[in-house]
Amino acid sequence: MQGVKDKNGVMRYVISLIVNGDYLTVTVKGNTLLVDLLRQQLNLTGTKRGCKLGNCGSCTVLLDGKAVSSCLVLAVEADGREITTIEGVAQSEKLDKLQESFIDNAAIQCGYCTSGMILSAKALLTKNPHPTETEVRTAIAGNLCRCTGYVNIVKAILAAAEA
Amino acid sequence: MEKYSVIGKSVPKIDSRAKVTGQAKYTGDLKFPNMLIGKILTSPHAHARILNIDTSEAEKLPGVKAVITHKDVPSLKYGISPARWDENIFCIDKVRFVGDKVAAVAALDEETVYKALKLIKVEYEVLPAVFDPIEALAEGAPQIHDEYRRNINTEIHQNFGNVEEAFAKAHLVRTDKFIGQRTYQCPIEPHSAISMWEGGKLTVYCSTQSPHYFQHYIAREFGLPMGDVRVIKTYVGGGFGGKLEPTGLEFAGAVLARITGRPVKMFYDRHDMFAHNRGRHRQIMEITTGVDKDGKILGMHANFIMDGGAYTSLGIASAYYAGAMLTLTYDFENYKFDMIRAYTNLPACGAQRGHGAPQPRYAFECHLDNVATQLGIDPLELRLRNARQPNTVTPNEFKVNSCEMTACLEKAREISDWEKKKGQLPKGKGIGVAVGSFVSGAGYPIYRTDLPHSAAIIKVHPDGSAATLYVGATDIGQGSDTVLCQMAAEAMGYTYENMKIISADTETTPHDFGAYASRQTLMSGAAVKQAGEDVKNQLLEMAGVMMDKNPGNLDCREGVIFSKLEPEKTLPFTAVAREYFVKNGPLVGRGSYTPPKLGGTFKGAPVGTSPAYSFAAQISEVQVDEETGEINVNHVWDVHDCGMVINPALLHAQVHGALYMGMGESIWEEVQFDAKGKILNPNMSDYRMPTALDMPVITSALVESCEPAGPWGVKEVGEGATIPTMGCYANAIYDAMGVRVNSLPLSYEKVWRALKEKREKEKGGGKKKK
Repeated sequence: MQGVKDKNGVMRYVISLIVNGDYLTVTVKGNTLLVDLLRQQLNLTGTKRGCKLGNCGSCTVLLDGKAVSSCLVLAVEADGREITTIEGVAQSEKLDKLQESFIDNAAIQCGYCTSGMILSAKALLTKNPHPTETEVRTAIAGNLCRCTGYVNIVKAILAAAEA
Repeated sequence: MEKYSVIGKSVPKIDSRAKVTGQAKYTGDLKFPNMLIGKILTSPHAHARILNIDTSEAEKLPGVKAVITHKDVPSLKYGISPARWDENIFCIDKVRFVGDKVAAVAALDEETVYKALKLIKVEYEVLPAVFDPIEALAEGAPQIHDEYRRNINTEIHQNFGNVEEAFAKAHLVRTDKFIGQRTYQCPIEPHSAISMWEGGKLTVYCSTQSPHYFQHYIAREFGLPMGDVRVIKTYVGGGFGGKLEPTGLEFAGAVLARITGRPVKMFYDRHDMFAHNRGRHRQIMEITTGVDKDGKILGMHANFIMDGGAYTSLGIASAYYAGAMLTLTYDFENYKFDMIRAYTNLPACGAQRGHGAPQPRYAFECHLDNVATQLGIDPLELRLRNARQPNTVTPNEFKVNSCEMTACLEKAREISDWEKKKGQLPKGKGIGVAVGSFVSGAGYPIYRTDLPHSAAIIKVHPDGSAATLYVGATDIGQGSDTVLCQMAAEAMGYTYENMKIISADTETTPHDFGAYASRQTLMSGAAVKQAGEDVKNQLLEMAGVMMDKNPGNLDCREGVIFSKLEPEKTLPFTAVAREYFVKNGPLVGRGSYTPPKLGGTFKGAPVGTSPAYSFAAQISEVQVDEETGEINVNHVWDVHDCGMVINPALLHAQVHGALYMGMGESIWEEVQFDAKGKILNPNMSDYRMPTALDMPVITSALVESCEPAGPWGVKEVGEGATIPTMGCYANAIYDAMGVRVNSLPLSYEKVWRALKEKREKEKGGGKKKK
């Protein structure tokens, strides 16, 4: 990883990564969080910031297919890796079956947890296409939602798995 | 043909595509050219005099563009509740809780902002502090505000009928005491605000439940005409009462933006949100009820003390609501309510979902279970014997129109299989019931004004292919944008799919007080219905000319205008709308809503008035682990009387959310403090909210009901569903344990200790018998 010192002596690193299929090269500080790289530098604000402590799951993205809290990942750790954010879930105009299912099952209220929920569910269904209800609940146990009581979210994920 | 073509259907939320694709922009997602980032410095002490603030080091830090303290901002006191304006933008002489606002910084980026905050040197003289409302009320306690002796923020004494006489006649008079804890709304989206000036005009993008109140208080604080303050709500990531009042971010941001000439984005971190708080009050609640031998309530006395924290916030209303709402569900004539809201050196409390009412309701419902047990009456039967009937008036002069309290209880009993379960569940399992009621919008606004409560404008596009609804009503996730578009389409005879909406922008949308007191479906809905009918009437006039028919014989449904006498004679909405535009210019409908004059004339009479009240019964079934005190909720049933339902899917989703929040508040959630008033758990792991793994099976059901005061017969649901919840869980846990824990939350530890004590007592009792 290449680094340059800025005029205050702070190291900046040049990293390359694939975000939603796009090859990108960006410069970050050693302490830049992945969530801030995505939101502030790449303007991918569909990834939300709710706590910056890894508690709420609203910043969940897929890192090489695995659901992670992007506030617990340093941007430099993403060098050479592949990231999917909520903006990369639909295939242009065509929504993913999970997105369709969240709409059809009224699984969205304020929407702030929705991006993270869908990505956690996406990681689950990729690995386990026909999960049980308990497996669904376990997969989203790290994604807090304050609006829905999870009822319709669980229903939506199970329905998407059936589809 | 169905009666309605758009309402009563579970159409998808209008914003759902934006939300599942990440396109929906919340305030924190917005960027403007040249924008700075700002944060507020808060007090580390619970009570301290400010001796000196030195900002020079912070100002020297490269990247810092402005540092402000009380010297740079208006000193005019504010507060959401005009009854007590007791807050300053920044503290002037002293700080009153850990987290009180002292200064603010704007800089190029977040990292610089955090560094700059650390460089501001504040010299404090630490003062004695008080954290308990009863201690705060004692003579000699530290004085928090000079104007409020003995730290009394507000004192209420209401007396209706003759409680003493009722108690004298009663077969049983029982007193119980309960404590409700401090909880926090904890929306997943943190608060933020972006302020910017164009000459003398201030624009604020923010995460708010009420653009109107923000606009009102920002204009007042800076001496600006309302027209020079534009407040725009973006998508909001949940509120639950915590985003109703100015947060300080708008005021500080406006000043920083003025000084720097740049847009400034201010935000709270999660721990700042907990410190700013405005969540549920801690309440100490003593309830005495007199009943006859059949369990009929003759009179009730509620005697409460509230920990208000350091400022008023919405607390005066919370204090009144705490007592006012207790009279709704049961029919009794004699009622007495005493309350003191005390100032303490803790974060200010305000309105959290159900505003002041859920905890008193918890206390009353637990108390009634105790009464039922003592009388040997089934607790559900006791509630049925006392259930309020439609078209009645409460002792505190609330007029109740539709009321299906009895039907709710009966249906809940049936679908939960209550009769087979009550008293017959295996050891460790329990079942409990509670009821509730809530306002469908407050009868009076927060500050005194004769403005309508809601207004709406509908503009039909020139070719009729779309119609845009403009409302001040505020969608914070509950779905008001969706249901209001359904209502507009129904009233116009149009289709939901062709509706667009612009809401909650004080410059483009008409006035509305916003999302609180469960008011928008009824109040904003009434304005929208009127606007829709206005469009339809103009359209039918035009169609009458085009079809050479009497407009009175025409109607419009799902975008088709037809003759009621010759249904085969039709014209498309689009063609008539276009012709209207060609002949007359824009086709616009207007509507507004002002509630009728409501309530009595006694002090505090307006609080709790509403055009309509929802009613609900909830039953839960739980399992308690005797070894660990661990509680598992297995199933919970909610049966609601909420009038005509506009969108069933969204309605049930509100109930799900309420049962979830209530479950957290019943078992886990509590904001805790150390001995110096610092919050111990200001994050989302130590403040334990339920996860997907904790949730029980939820059944949400309805009873038939139609409310004459609401458009199409609607009433509220969003807050009403939180009212019975804590009582219903607590009563089930009591049923499972056979002993009552009289304080919330019913934590595993408290349950375990109570069970241990019970076992020891039983053992002791056994020995004596020997």
